[in-house]
Amino acid sequence: MTDAALGRVPREFRRSYLGEGSTLLSWLTTTDHKRIAILYAITITVFFFIGGAAIGIVRLELMTPQADVVSADTYNRLFTMHGVIMVWFFLVPSIPTTFGNFLLPLMIGAPDMAFPRLNLLSWYVALLAGVIAIVAIVTGVGDTGWTFYTPLSTEYATGHVAWTALAIFVMGFSSIATGINFIATTHMLRAPGMTWFRLPLFVWAMYAVSIVMVLATPVLAITLLLVMVERVLGLPIFESTLGGDPLLFQHLFWFYSHPAVYIMILPAMGVASEVIPCFARRRVFGYAFMVYAMIAIAGIGFMVWGHHMFVSGQSNFANLVFSFLSFVVAVPSAIKVFNWTATLYRGQITFEAAMLYALGFVGLFALGGVTGLMLACVPIDIHVTDTYFVVAHFHYIMVGGTVSAFFAGLHYWWPKITGRLYPESWARFAAILMFFGFNFTFFPQFILGYLGMPRRYQVYPPEFQAYHVMSSMGASVLAAAYLLPLGYLMWSLFWGRKAGDNPWGATGLEWQTSSPPPKRNFLATPRVMAGPYEYHPAEESPEAAGAPMSREPHRSQGGGA
Amino acid sequence: MHATLPLFPIEASVQAGRTDELFFIVLGMSVVVLGVVAALVIGFAIRYRRGSPAKRGPLPPLISREIEIAWTAGTLFTFLFVFWWASSLQLAAKAPPADAMPIRVLAKQWMWKMEHPNGVREINTLHVPIGRPVRLIMTSQDVIHSFYVPVFRMKQDVLPGRTTTTWFQATRTGTFRLECAEFCGTDHARMLGSIVVMSAPDFALWSEAQPESDSLAQKGAALFRTLGCSGCHATQSAVKAPDLAGLYGRAVRLADGRTVKADDAYIRDSILQPLKDIVAGYQPIMPSFAGAVSDADLQDLIAYVRSLKDGGTP
Repeated sequence: MTDAALGRVPREFRRSYLGEGSTLLSWLTTTDHKRIAILYAITITVFFFIGGAAIGIVRLELMTPQADVVSADTYNRLFTMHGVIMVWFFLVPSIPTTFGNFLLPLMIGAPDMAFPRLNLLSWYVALLAGVIAIVAIVTGVGDTGWTFYTPLSTEYATGHVAWTALAIFVMGFSSIATGINFIATTHMLRAPGMTWFRLPLFVWAMYAVSIVMVLATPVLAITLLLVMVERVLGLPIFESTLGGDPLLFQHLFWFYSHPAVYIMILPAMGVASEVIPCFARRRVFGYAFMVYAMIAIAGIGFMVWGHHMFVSGQSNFANLVFSFLSFVVAVPSAIKVFNWTATLYRGQITFEAAMLYALGFVGLFALGGVTGLMLACVPIDIHVTDTYFVVAHFHYIMVGGTVSAFFAGLHYWWPKITGRLYPESWARFAAILMFFGFNFTFFPQFILGYLGMPRRYQVYPPEFQAYHVMSSMGASVLAAAYLLPLGYLMWSLFWGRKAGDNPWGATGLEWQTSSPPPKRNFLATPRVMAGPYEYHPAEESPEAAGAPMSREPHRSQGGGA
Repeated sequence: MHATLPLFPIEASVQAGRTDELFFIVLGMSVVVLGVVAALVIGFAIRYRRGSPAKRGPLPPLISREIEIAWTAGTLFTFLFVFWWASSLQLAAKAPPADAMPIRVLAKQWMWKMEHPNGVREINTLHVPIGRPVRLIMTSQDVIHSFYVPVFRMKQDVLPGRTTTTWFQATRTGTFRLECAEFCGTDHARMLGSIVVMSAPDFALWSEAQPESDSLAQKGAALFRTLGCSGCHATQSAVKAPDLAGLYGRAVRLADGRTVKADDAYIRDSILQPLKDIVAGYQPIMPSFAGAVSDADLQDLIAYVRSLKDGGTP
């Protein structure tokens, strides 16, 4: 965009979204998707550290085989709190409500979400849910584990089970609102020329995850409502002696909670698919396959819930069907790992912090994935389900995968969001520390699990102590790695170098506007002329093998008219 | 801190060997795949770092659309192979041998109660002979528990209001840990027990040394009278009710045309929810005994029905 063109735009349109008012009220009443993303980011950061503090005490307790830090009930409440907070108040909203909210309109060339006020409402609903959750925590969260299995949750558990369930119930409406908003925005507000197969993969990820949120979350809402009705009003839905069925709960719960795993991992895949091509200076390998893989994961992901129930008393036939479908759903995930790897081939790779996090994501996700295949084998699952093996597996996916990708996205888009650069060496150090801290924490848990250490145990046989000590030490390294970015990112807000519009030389539309972007994102509606990830000339693409060798600067997806 | 660092649990049942074999094969395949991915990522990262002299330019024809289809198909077929193998193993191992020794297990917060066929009861300990298949017939009195013996690679949830079964055949003598694997409240981590696997002669000696206990079926017979079951189900009764002699294990035709097998779950349901499965040719007049009989009583009653041979007199 030329200076002459800029000159015609009134000054208030050029002002960054951060300059649109600095009072608390201006933030609390904003309908700007970028400001709402910041509100969400602050909220989930608070919850991340609450959930982290809870597990910190748990890891401290597990340093010795005996109970010596907290009582059994407190221990049970701590891991329940950790699970509930981390799953519903951090991981599920993490990438969609922050980067999704911030970037979806920017990436498709739109001025805002389709429903800006619904977007703000979704944050208030999330806040209300958070307040209920904190009240439940302060007054004694239910000791049910995050899974709320009946009849433990309906009849036997102490603490405020119904309040905990209510918090999650309310949080669900926030998810549904976000999902509807993303779907409508993607359908209706794409800039001219932004066809479906020119969408960045992050947008596809947001679209796929929104469909899962909209379809799966209502099932969770109903399930938790039934738990509350049974616990508070005594209506027997799951109580077997009165004609109910405790296994019904597990089917309903996992019908949401397995797709919820994909709600957590699909956005992470979207982030990796943006970051890796940018720092490899290479078009993402197999764009169309990457899109189909995400859609396949979102679809098939609805049909594998029974693999959580191989030892529940479910029929052997059902076990084999769910085992089969679990192998099938792993195929598109494997394809994505191969494609990220192939994207590096013949690139011009640099290793900024965002890239280190993204490469770490690929490795940890791959390890989480292959251990998932082991769990899909019924005989192996019978041995290791409900042990630390499963705990390690899903932490590799959710923490190694999603949280690493969250940090990759945070470092990649931080200059766009704030207009500032963070200190690169500190960020690289944190990325490497996080990778090793993570493996140090969770790898020993695979061995522990196969040895037969059940999860949710406060006391354990003494021969397992060495592994627990390793895990706890790793957790403290991991905690340091999580606190570091909090420090240097805050520092960069005040003293960081000005970033410029496109510090990484990336191709997406979000980089074609100023950093931080103005309130309406673009001064004029962008025209999209190309697909995403044109980091190298077209003749180097697989379709044009044999063309003359050259390396030209990248080409952005489009820009102002 | 403990002196030695265990790496792998011992194998003490027939199933343990099979599970581990499958585990090692899948582990081996995983290590190969992860190794290749890691080698490629690290290799590419070094070779194609910015400014390196490596050749760039167009992709060779091999790295094209076909390779995508090839590794999709390759992955799918590999996964299907693992699935087929794991599943055939599971199908082969699911059904217990006919001569398996039945042990009744009642789980409650936070203990395990076991009952041998001859009526010997144990709490949190189960003595079994080596080499003989043992079938566990389990139910819970309160919440869901899970019967987990790591060295047997065996785990089965234990539910209130229904019967679940599993089985094992021990291959090694010794005392092994039994753990509750499904979170069940305050003392979940203390709901432990031990499985004592003994040689056949030792087990016989142990069994004889136990104090005499009414066998399950004898207690069931007493309950059958005191609860009034015999009022209708006795052969000489005036009320028309199904004859129970020889019933156990037979196929029963129902009023709605279905045929069900008279197993533990069926008898349990018939006592607690008599209107669920009406036997063809009978009136639905039996009252429910839900609330009137405990889980332990139910086990006794089922054992009694099981013991009734054709021509016996209930």
